Amino acid sequence: MTTTVAPDKVEEAQRTWSGQNVPRKEDKRLVQGQGVFVDDVKRHGMGYLHFVRSPYAHAHITSIDVSQAEAHPGVYGTLTGEEVASLTDPFFQISSVPGANVKDFALAVGKVRYVGEPIVAVVAETREAARDASELVEVEYEPLAAVTDARHAQDDGVPVIHDDCGGNLMWHGVYEWGDLDAAFAEADKVVRIDELHFHRFNSTPLECDGALVEYNRGVGQWTIHTNNQFPGFAAIMMGPAMRVGLDKLRFVTQDIGGGFGNKITSHPQLVVCCLLARKLNRPVQWTEWRTDFHMSMSHGNERWFHETEVAVKNDGTLLGFRTKALDDAGAYLRYEPLGGVIWAQVTPGMYKWQHVRVDFTQVATNKAPVSPNRGYSRMQHLWFTERVIDIVAHELELDPVEVRKRNYIKAEDMPYTTPNGCVYDSGDYGKMLDIALELVDHANVEQRRADAAARGRLLGVGIGSTLDSGTNNFGQSRLINPELQFSGNNEVATVKLDIFGEIVVTLGTTPQGQGHETTAAQVVADILNCSVDDVHVRAGHDSYWNSHAGFSGTYASQFAVTGLSAVKGATEMLAAEIKKLAGAVFGGVPPEALELADGGVRIRDNPEAFLPFMACGAIINANNAGLPEDLGVTLNCRYVYRPPFQVPDVERKYGNLTLTYAAQVHVAVIEIDPETGYYDIVDYAAVDDCGKRINPQIVEGQVMGATAQALGAAVHEQFVYDEDGNLLTPNFYDYHVPHALDMPPLRTGYVESASPFTPLGTKGMGEGGGAGIHAVCAAVQDALRSRGGAIVWDSCNPYHRVWEMIQDPAKGARVQVTGA
Amino acid sequence: MATSAVPTERRISVTVNGTTYEREVEARKLLIHFIRDDLDLTGSHIGCDTGNCGACSVIVDGTLVKSCMMLAVQADGATIETVEGLAAGEELSRLQQAFSAHHALQCGYCTPGMLMSATALLRKNPHPSEDEIKKGLQGNICRCTGYWNIVEAVKAASE
Repeated sequence: MTTTVAPDKVEEAQRTWSGQNVPRKEDKRLVQGQGVFVDDVKRHGMGYLHFVRSPYAHAHITSIDVSQAEAHPGVYGTLTGEEVASLTDPFFQISSVPGANVKDFALAVGKVRYVGEPIVAVVAETREAARDASELVEVEYEPLAAVTDARHAQDDGVPVIHDDCGGNLMWHGVYEWGDLDAAFAEADKVVRIDELHFHRFNSTPLECDGALVEYNRGVGQWTIHTNNQFPGFAAIMMGPAMRVGLDKLRFVTQDIGGGFGNKITSHPQLVVCCLLARKLNRPVQWTEWRTDFHMSMSHGNERWFHETEVAVKNDGTLLGFRTKALDDAGAYLRYEPLGGVIWAQVTPGMYKWQHVRVDFTQVATNKAPVSPNRGYSRMQHLWFTERVIDIVAHELELDPVEVRKRNYIKAEDMPYTTPNGCVYDSGDYGKMLDIALELVDHANVEQRRADAAARGRLLGVGIGSTLDSGTNNFGQSRLINPELQFSGNNEVATVKLDIFGEIVVTLGTTPQGQGHETTAAQVVADILNCSVDDVHVRAGHDSYWNSHAGFSGTYASQFAVTGLSAVKGATEMLAAEIKKLAGAVFGGVPPEALELADGGVRIRDNPEAFLPFMACGAIINANNAGLPEDLGVTLNCRYVYRPPFQVPDVERKYGNLTLTYAAQVHVAVIEIDPETGYYDIVDYAAVDDCGKRINPQIVEGQVMGATAQALGAAVHEQFVYDEDGNLLTPNFYDYHVPHALDMPPLRTGYVESASPFTPLGTKGMGEGGGAGIHAVCAAVQDALRSRGGAIVWDSCNPYHRVWEMIQDPAKGARVQVTGA
Repeated sequence: MATSAVPTERRISVTVNGTTYEREVEARKLLIHFIRDDLDLTGSHIGCDTGNCGACSVIVDGTLVKSCMMLAVQADGATIETVEGLAAGEELSRLQQAFSAHHALQCGYCTPGMLMSATALLRKNPHPSEDEIKKGLQGNICRCTGYWNIVEAVKAASE
């Protein structure tokens, strides 16, 4: 069903653990149901938390009465917004004004702003009692009109969602690089696209959010067992709000049932759990229900692109573009407005556009707050650039393959500095496209189109080219708000030899299926010249271990760079210490005369002189009398990897925003039944380049998963609201995610362009799936050429929308072309 | 202060992975909550409220069941198999081994339900076609893998 194609040049088999499909260390526990997910954590006397949620999209809260709920059998207590407002400060806002003025508390205070917003928390002896009691909480509302269309959020007379902001504008910024006037003057043609829309969805991890929170009254510390995937961010949001130092917040994770960015912004709910654990003096357990997740958590950024103009030469050479991007942030700015800058990591996409202007506006609406979702903000922008390519090709009657190849940044131009100062590290996009086209037998596509037509089907081919920029330079946040004091990035690992020679690795990350225990062991085993089986990587994250830093977590395509570089650094420190110790034990042998092998250290020219790791660990930890005073060996090494970044130029909005730029080229071949609009993806290729692959099977797994999510989003998955702000897709009945039968045949390929900027030649990866959305959109548009030539306008194209575009091509995007 | 204020508790007896348990349960308690919370068998998971995702799939008296779609009291007297019973001691089943070998799991959250569905499928149809495998797994959602490697793993285990 899947076919994998390697590039022509297959590298010589390496005698290293890195580069091999080492079976995952995580699997043994997970296939036996022995993983520890957050809902599996139990404590004596714990209470179950249930949220009372708003049925209104926008309303004043006039009264709340919890007395009946508190009197309900089995109820331990409640928490209201009023209490939250007295016990905590509003969460820190990333935005400059007006978004900076948003007052965001852990529970609604005085007003509700989206359906599903938590208002009261009830804790009881059982899940059922907590739910029953929640229904006894009486809340009186004074409903207000809801803002559900970002395009009208700033119209006169529209209700203001956050009064402190003076309107629904949250953030606005203009990005301009190059010389737009010159580009448009030089253009043979100008293609104008009235409106494009990237829809609202997210990756719906199968495990919803949750926590088990304990409060240690004696030391004033909370232990937060959770599946939050970015504890560093949660901590800096929660500590100041709760008026405590970050050492009072201990985050513990083990297995996490999928994250995809959606588990970054659970800090409001975690604060509620913390306050209740303290108030009720008992552990508090919260597991989010699926419907609650859909209604309230982490929708992906919905984005509109208006008044787009593209300057292009007759031969398809792209000179520049300008557009007005409008982002719908939902009701609160939990991680926003970072989406207003993250896209700029990939400003020109894969192309040599030199002149770009993006006028970016983010507004609030009465919908669930948006938060990062796999491909965060770059996916929206890259969908836009790919739409532009295919619309230009369509309007100028050019071959989309040729337009791409003409404009792709070339391998020989790498490293390539983009108009906004990002430095694409390596890659060969043209080669990737060639591999992808070959995988779907593109050479015979016209014959296949004719064959499909003979069967009454419309065949279409679409390409999606994307970048998966990874390892953030958090200095980009200053382009949003120059007052912010974030920049760079970091990640931590510790590697030690324990008393019996055990090699123990601790990571700062919070993996959700990416196999960090395995790939970390591969890197360690290569350096210590031992077996991966001898390397014990602790499962999960615990901020008590001192093995974390400000940006620790698992998000934004970076483990293969930040995490593994930290592992490499710590292991190299350990290797040097082992040699130092052995040198002393052997009576003054210099380190260069020593080597690590067979689970120990030996003199290269005298392998008989061998000190096993067990002896090293025992000497340092338990038998250290007589060692030289100045030995300086602990065999417990902590390394912080810090990528080489500068603070971006805030005035010019210029600088390198991520360290690596993995690339994906996907090609979809679809067949549409014009009678119904139904279509099948009949062939699909995904080609990935993430530099050196530590574990190819894990890399391919990420490619597959991201592809599947993209195909779900392209065809089915949408968070749809009615005009009153009710979510119409609040569960897996209405929100259709792909099932096994929905998946097309897949062929994968890869190119391996080592990053010159990272210690292992790796690039962060895993988020490149947006390519699938672009590819399906392009394929639908290609298929419709013979049936009126509608221009695909929306990132989601369910069958009824395709049918509508066949019936009335004007349902597609409005496009004009001017010029010679 | 106990939930026994709701006078609907019943004593049930179930045999799970060969061990018989007798417990008082509220009539409205879902089988999955009984398995996870009362029996502490947390391998079976919950991924939705609506019976769509299959993370809670178990085998009840030989039939594949989504245990969030059944009450615990309905399982009185039943023999139940969960993911914890698949391995023979330290020896993983062929299917479990195939899942690892084919990288058919990432986060592992859907995996217990997926394994139970595949186990039930292979008992009924030891050599399923690719299409039969997909149909056998269509009640289970995985958000990490795109299913391709899961289908490969089931195929490999059936050979």
